[in-house]
Amino acid sequence: MAVSEQAMPKAAARPSRLKRLWEGISIIFASKTAVIGLIIVLFWVFVAIFAPVLTPYSPTEQDFKAQNQGPSGAHLLGTDSLGRDIWSRLIYGARVVLVILPVSESFWLPGGTALWGVFLGLVVGSTLGLMGGYLGGWIDEVVMRLLDAMMAFPVILLYMIIIAAVGASATNVVLAIAIVGTPGIARLVRSLALDIRTRDYIRAAELRGENPWYIMFVEILPNARGPIIIDAMLRVGYAIFAMGTLGFLGLGLPPPSPDWGSMVAKGRQYILSGSPWAALWPSVAIASLVVGLNLFADGLREESLRYQ
Amino acid sequence: MTITLGIQSPVLKVENVAISYETRYGDVEAVRQVSFEAHRATTFGIVGESGCGKSTVAFGIVDFLGPNGKIVGGSIKFQGRELVGRSQKELRTLRGDQIAMVYQDPMQALNPSVTLGDQLAEVLTVHRVIPKAEAWQKSIDMLNRVYMPDAANVMQRYPHQISGGQQQRVVIAMALLNNPALLIMDEPTTALDVTVEAVVLDLIEDLKRDFDTAIVYITHNLGVVARVCDYVGVMYAGELVERGPIEAIFGDPQHPYTQGLMRCVPKLGTTKESSRLYPIRGRVPAPKNRPKGACIFAPRCDYATDRCYNERPLLREIKPGHSARCFYSEQIDADAWQPPEGVAPELAPAAEETGQKPILQVKDLKTYYEQESKSLLSLVGMGEKLYVKAVEGVSLEVPPGKTLGIVGESGCGKSTLAKTIVGLESPTGGDAEFLGFDITSPVSERDVKLIQELQMVFQNPDSTMNPSYTIGQQISRPLRRFKAVPSNKVREEVIRLFNAVRLDGSYYDRLPRQLSGGEKQRVGIARAFASRPALVLCDEPVSALDVSVQAAVLNLLLEIQRQYGTTMLFIAHDLSVVRFFSDYVAVMYLGHIVEIGPAEAIYAPPYHPYTEALLSAVPIPDPKVEQKHIRLEGTVPSALNPPSGCTFHTRCPRRSMLPDGGQICETEVPPWRYNTEKHRIFCHIPLEDLRQMEPVVTTV
Repeated sequence: MAVSEQAMPKAAARPSRLKRLWEGISIIFASKTAVIGLIIVLFWVFVAIFAPVLTPYSPTEQDFKAQNQGPSGAHLLGTDSLGRDIWSRLIYGARVVLVILPVSESFWLPGGTALWGVFLGLVVGSTLGLMGGYLGGWIDEVVMRLLDAMMAFPVILLYMIIIAAVGASATNVVLAIAIVGTPGIARLVRSLALDIRTRDYIRAAELRGENPWYIMFVEILPNARGPIIIDAMLRVGYAIFAMGTLGFLGLGLPPPSPDWGSMVAKGRQYILSGSPWAALWPSVAIASLVVGLNLFADGLREESLRYQ
Repeated sequence: MTITLGIQSPVLKVENVAISYETRYGDVEAVRQVSFEAHRATTFGIVGESGCGKSTVAFGIVDFLGPNGKIVGGSIKFQGRELVGRSQKELRTLRGDQIAMVYQDPMQALNPSVTLGDQLAEVLTVHRVIPKAEAWQKSIDMLNRVYMPDAANVMQRYPHQISGGQQQRVVIAMALLNNPALLIMDEPTTALDVTVEAVVLDLIEDLKRDFDTAIVYITHNLGVVARVCDYVGVMYAGELVERGPIEAIFGDPQHPYTQGLMRCVPKLGTTKESSRLYPIRGRVPAPKNRPKGACIFAPRCDYATDRCYNERPLLREIKPGHSARCFYSEQIDADAWQPPEGVAPELAPAAEETGQKPILQVKDLKTYYEQESKSLLSLVGMGEKLYVKAVEGVSLEVPPGKTLGIVGESGCGKSTLAKTIVGLESPTGGDAEFLGFDITSPVSERDVKLIQELQMVFQNPDSTMNPSYTIGQQISRPLRRFKAVPSNKVREEVIRLFNAVRLDGSYYDRLPRQLSGGEKQRVGIARAFASRPALVLCDEPVSALDVSVQAAVLNLLLEIQRQYGTTMLFIAHDLSVVRFFSDYVAVMYLGHIVEIGPAEAIYAPPYHPYTEALLSAVPIPDPKVEQKHIRLEGTVPSALNPPSGCTFHTRCPRRSMLPDGGQICETEVPPWRYNTEKHRIFCHIPLEDLRQMEPVVTTV
C-alpha cells in the first residue's frame, strides 16, 4: 500500500485562497441572469458609495426657482416640488439603503439599513433554526410555533405595527426588517439543519463529546451557507421593498433625509399635474435594485445547482 | 453452450461501441471499443468497479443516454437489425416489448400511486391490442411464474405494500410479460439483502432457461457474476479488458486487472491468519484523463513495459472464446505473481486464547424506539405506547485486542447496537460495561476520558468528513479536544496519523471533496484513531467502496489494529469480509443475537438455522464452490411486533427437525445451547441434531 500511494499521481494540492475565490466568482459569469443582476446591483452600490462626488447638489438643498422640473443639463433627473435635485436625493437615498446606517445624527455605521436588517435577522433566525433543527424536541416545538404565529401576520401589517410601536428611525427600520425576516430564515435554517444533522461527521463530533453549540455553529452552519447566502440576497431585496413601502406610508426615515419611499409619496401628487419625474425615478430605483438582487440570487442558485 | 454458438445468431451483437457525454469540459468518452454478444438462454455479465462505464453500455443499447450522451461509434445489432441511429420512436416500440430492462431500485421502477395489477397489465396493452381481462390474467400468470405468493391479491396492491424482494420480482415479471428476446439487468439485486438476493438470483437462473431469453447482467459483485453468468466481460475505465466463459475468467484470468480483482476479494472462509488481500495500487483514471494511445491499465499494472505506455492493446483472443486486452497475456503467469514489497500486511498471528478479562461486556442490552401510534388517544398522551425493539436482550463479550464481527441483514439491529455502545442512543434496559466503566449513559454525560477510548468509523465516505473544513483541521480537532498531544505538536501528530493511514502530509490542506472514496475512508479511520481509543466500532466501513479499495482499507484497519492493539467491533453485512476480518462473530436477527462464537465455529456446523441460510445465500466469487441450497421464505417481520417465542420461527427452514413441527418455537423463547464455552446457539433444536448438519460451503 505504501507503494500504491507513492505511485499514485499526486492530486493537485489545495489551490490558493485567491484561486478558490476566483473559482467562486466564475460561477457568476457562467450565468447571464446573474451577470445582469450583478451589474444592476453594482451600479447602485457604486453611485451610493461615491454619491458626494457624483453630484454637485446636496440632497436637502432647496431651490425654489426650479420646482418640479423635468430632466435637464443642470438637474440630471429633474427636481421635486421643493426644487431639490432628484438625482442627488436618489443616490443619497441609495446610500442609506446600501452603504451607511445612520444611528444618530452624528454617528453612522458602514453597511446599509437593508443589509443590517437582514444581517440581524440572519443572526437571530439562524440561531433559532439551528436550535430547532439540531436540538429538536420541545425546544423545536416552542420556537417553531412562536415563529409560525409571527408568520400568520401579513408582512406589511407587521412592519407597521413594529414601526408604530417603536417610532420611525433608521435603527428601528433595521429592527423591523430583522424581526419580520427572522421566521423565514429560521425555517430555512431548520430544514437545512435537519438534513445535515443526519450526516456521519455530526456523529463523529458527538462522539468527541462536543457541546451542542459547537456542533450547531461550527459543524452544521458552514455547510448550510450556500442556500442561506442566496436566501439572504433575496431578503435584501424584500427589505428594500419594505423600506420603500414604509417610506411611502410615512413610516420611513424622518423627512428631510432622502428616502425613496417618501420621495414617491411626495411626488405622487404632481403626477397628474404634468411632473411625473419626482415619483417615477425613485420607483424605478426601487424596482431596479430589487429586480437586480433577485436576478443575481436566482442566477447564482441555478448555477450552483448545476454544479452539483 | 459452445455447440449451439455456431448455429444460433446472437440476439445482441455489440461491436466497437463508443459512447460519450457532453460536459462542461467538452465531450468525454465514457465507453470505447466495447464488443460482446448475448445469446439466447445465456447470461452475459458485465462486471466492473464504479465509474467503469458498465451502466452506460446498458443504457446505450436502448439509447437511454439522456440529453447529453450519445453513441459516437460502432454498431449495436439486435436480432440482426442495427439499433444505432434509429429514432426514439422506433426504439420505443422495441423497449418494453422485445428489449426489457430491470434496474437497481424497484421502488423507483414502480409507480407508487398505481396498483401493481394496472402497471403490469399496461405493459401488455401498450404494445399490442389485447382485451384488458386477458392482460390481467396473463399478468397473474406471470406473477405466479416469478413465485409471487398470492399473486391475484398482489395485483390489487400498491408497491409500498409489498417487500423489496417482492417488488423486484414484480419488476422482473413486468420485464418478462412480453416475452422479450433481450433482458438487460442493471444491478438488480444490489439493493436487496443477501437472503432475498439469493432467491432473486435463483429466479433469474430459472427464467433464463424457461423463456429462452438473452440476459445482459450488470453488476459490481464478483460473487453474483459467478452465480448467474455464463459469459463475462470485465470492464475497466470504459473499456472491455477481458471477455470469456465464466470458468475461464475465474479459473484462468488473462488480464492483469482481472487477476488483481481476484486477489482483492476475500473468499468465504479465508481469514486474516490464512491469507492476505492485495489491493490494486493507484486509482481508476477519470474519464477526461484517460490515455489515448496507451494501455489504460498500464499505470497500475505490475507487468507494464514501455510498449504499454506507447501503444494501445486490442482485445484479442488468447484461448478459444476467451479474449483479453493485453500484450503479454501469454507470458503472464498469475500464479507466479509476487506482491510488491509492503503492499499487504503480514499475516495475522494465529489467534491465541489469552484468558484476559473482556474489555467490553454487554448483558441483556435492550434498545427500543418509541413509536407514536396514530390513534386519537395518543394525541392526548393516553394511547398505548408502541416500541420498535431494535435491540432485544443482547449479551456479548469482547476480549482486548480482538475483533468481534456482527453480521445480519438490514433492520436486524446491528447498527443500533453499535450506536448504543458508543452512546449515541440510550439503552432501554440491561448493562454494558467497558474498561470497568458503566456505559449505559449517553455520550453527552460521559467523561472525556471515557469518550476518547470509544471511537467509531462510519460507513459512507461522502458524509464522514465535514465538507467545509480541510482534512488537517478535522483531524487536529480530536487531538486538541482530548489534549492527546501538546498544542504545538498537533500538526506533527496529524501528519504522523496521515502516514499511519498511508496518506502523505500534502493532504493536510485538502478539502474532503478533493479526495477519492477510499482516501476519505482512510481519513475517517485516522480521525477515529487520533485519540488512541481502546475500542473502535466500524459500522460497515467498506461496504460503500469498490473491491480494490475495500481491500486496501481492510488491510489498513488490520495493520493499525495490530500496531495499537485496539479492540474492534466490526459491523458488516458481507459474510466473507466479516469472516476475513474477525476473531469472533455474532449473527443477529430481529434484535437478537442468534449465534455467537469464534469465527471458525460460526462458519462450520453446528449452525443456527439462520446462520446456515445466510451462508448458503452469500454469493461466492468462485464458480467451483458448491453451496447448500437453503432459501428463506417470506420477509423479515416488523420489529414493532416481533413473532412470539423464537423470532425466527416464521421463516425457519429447520423447524421440521423438532417433534410436532416445532410447536415449541412459536410459544417459548429458545434456550442458549453451548457448543463450546465460547460458541453458543439460540435455538430449540438440540445441539446433537445441529451437529448433524453438513457444511454449507464445499469446494469441488
